[in-house]
Amino acid sequence: MKMLLPFVAVMALVAAALMAVNVANLHFLFGVAIPYIAFAVFTAGFVYRIVKWASSPVPFRIPTTCGQEFSLPWVKQNKIENPSTATGVIIRMALEIFLFRSLFRNIKAELRDGQKIVYGSDKWLWLAGLAFHWTFLVILVRHLRFFVGDVPMSIAMLEHLDGFLQIGVPMIYITDGVILAAIGYLFIRRVLLPQIRYISLPADYFPLFLIAAIVVSGILMRYIVKVDVVGVKNFTMGLVTFTPVIPATLMQGNGAWFFLHVFLISVLFAYFPFSKLMHMGGVFMSPTRNMINNSRMVRHVNPWNYPVHVHTYEEYENDFRDKMKAAGIPVEKE
Amino acid sequence: MYNSGKIIPGIIIFLAIVTFPFWSNAGKTNVKPEPKIDTPAIQQMPEGERKCIESKEFMKAGHMQMLNDWRDSVIRGGDRVFVSSTGKHYNMSLQNECLRCHSNKKDFCDKCHKYLAVKPYCWDCHIEPKENKS
Repeated sequence: MKMLLPFVAVMALVAAALMAVNVANLHFLFGVAIPYIAFAVFTAGFVYRIVKWASSPVPFRIPTTCGQEFSLPWVKQNKIENPSTATGVIIRMALEIFLFRSLFRNIKAELRDGQKIVYGSDKWLWLAGLAFHWTFLVILVRHLRFFVGDVPMSIAMLEHLDGFLQIGVPMIYITDGVILAAIGYLFIRRVLLPQIRYISLPADYFPLFLIAAIVVSGILMRYIVKVDVVGVKNFTMGLVTFTPVIPATLMQGNGAWFFLHVFLISVLFAYFPFSKLMHMGGVFMSPTRNMINNSRMVRHVNPWNYPVHVHTYEEYENDFRDKMKAAGIPVEKE
Repeated sequence: MYNSGKIIPGIIIFLAIVTFPFWSNAGKTNVKPEPKIDTPAIQQMPEGERKCIESKEFMKAGHMQMLNDWRDSVIRGGDRVFVSSTGKHYNMSLQNECLRCHSNKKDFCDKCHKYLAVKPYCWDCHIEPKENKS
């Protein structure tokens, strides 16, 4: 059920887009209105989530330490895993963001011979995760050729490198194959490992299915159904220059695939701020990763400390001096 | 909000990146490329026979596939005869057949290829046509 629901949802989205374009002729709604709304929801929602997170105080230094902290001169500090300087934190964050350092530590526990529990390193998730995220980024950047008038050298170079193997025409992109394999692994892992399947929710499957559908529709358009690519760029450039046009070549025949692709991406964008995909912004705000471990050097004041009204002993004695004297209690000031 | 000294620049960078397609195209107009088919060779053809070897739609979507097949057929199989869907025979040759009519690479091939940043590797081996620029 946890898997079926998101699958049905994605299939319903696919059917909705194809029906809307092929039967109801809602090209403007699905091609122009929904993408603009989705983009607005994405940006506003993203900023809202970040600001909301930033409103939570992080009063204490809680860096997870994976190495020797800064101490005495003759004790060698691990400057990256347990940074005491901003540079160290920047390197640690860069390793986290670009290479998923934490995931590299992933460990698998297994019962051997019935009773004995053993722990071993498990790099497959890290590898597939890295492959997935990097290919997704390359694919996203590659798509800029549809959103920039004169395509800059850097984007053309990236595309050239991606088609480096020169297999077939149009040249098969390496990333297309890699992202399918990575999504496949990430999905199969959730299904085959009982522990992972147990904790997987519809919100885990939905983005996987949605991204898979986006990738498949993109691959179909490029290699198989051959959507009019000049029309596609004419369309996307219309969107980004706020003069939307829907070329006639996209209104007929296999143009529906393009609207399907655009609609699924719009759904992904609109869904983004409400989902676990927000880890894109969240990774920068991981308190255990982005804090300098300098608790012993700098005083960190709790931000919600408020001035407490203190009633000192001196004031107390002033209030009760007479009574104290009468009872024979010694006082500091006569 | 805490750490606004870092959060606000971060949000500004985020917004600058995601709105890149919008601000980088600000003030530009969206011009669709129109490949020209008015070369002398095409204009000499009688009005009714001004056709490419296959339909326009087919060529638009499949010319790269066709050229690739031609290359394999000629270089690897030694077979230079192409039979079109209408049964006509053509010489499989980029320089001698395609470019005979489409002699205007700059105004024909390059129009869409430049628009979409496509760099076909035809001209790694073939000689690029030297167009008479008057």
